[in-house]
Amino acid sequence: MIPLSWYLILSAALFSIGLFGVLSRRNAVAILLGIELMLNAVNINLVSFWRYGDVSMMAGQVFAIIVFAVAASEVAVGLALVISVYRRRNTVIADEIDLMKW
Amino acid sequence: MTFTQIIFLITAAVILGSALMVVSTRNLVHAALWLIVTLFGVAVLYAILNASFLAVVQVVVYIGAIAILFIFAIMLTRREMLDRGPQLNRGWWLNAIIAVLTFGGLFWMLQGWSGFSKAAADFPSGYDAVGQLGKALVSPTGFVLPFEVASVLLLAALVGAVYVAFTRK
Repeated sequence: MIPLSWYLILSAALFSIGLFGVLSRRNAVAILLGIELMLNAVNINLVSFWRYGDVSMMAGQVFAIIVFAVAASEVAVGLALVISVYRRRNTVIADEIDLMKW
Repeated sequence: MTFTQIIFLITAAVILGSALMVVSTRNLVHAALWLIVTLFGVAVLYAILNASFLAVVQVVVYIGAIAILFIFAIMLTRREMLDRGPQLNRGWWLNAIIAVLTFGGLFWMLQGWSGFSKAAADFPSGYDAVGQLGKALVSPTGFVLPFEVASVLLLAALVGAVYVAFTRK
């Protein structure tokens, strides 16, 4: 039987890798890829807490489904923004998108 | 070491290795393909955790829709992206330290918790997890309100995405 700690350590590691990607990638699409990794780490946590807690309480799985929906919306809006910026300014490097930087 | 543990360890190694490739590879199309490997590994974990519905949803929604959307976006924004200059910020080593510290902090916090190495109880006999999930999603005493709000959010986000990416002639 797998102890709960293995899932928690795996998801902490996946979250940290995603955090590194978000902080250090230059390309805006690659930053969104890092966010996907972090959301998946959160989902592993939610589902493993459901399994190791009281399985008749479905809140863990339901929340994981809500995270799916939020991830899909976030990707749709984020990629639309990236494509729109690319059309106007011809760049997807996050540092060069500085219209609102004073 | 049991069979499930071996499968878990292989899956974990695949997930972490491909996640590292996602954040470090130069070619973004390859990064998106490595993301598919990571997502598939997470689906295997859901299957190990007896969350069969979520495993299927992970494959269909994440790999089938989100990863493909990423590949489309990368190909649409690719012209000069063919990897001019470095792919990482100048201070990436600092970010690596922050990530390692985050992991260390989470690990330190978790290993002091009493339920850390808890084992899973067996399912009650005849327990139907997928049926319970379906009932919880639509019952008024369960999660019908968050479920409907999520669907409205998805609709609004998709309409917004079309509006933002639309080109006026």
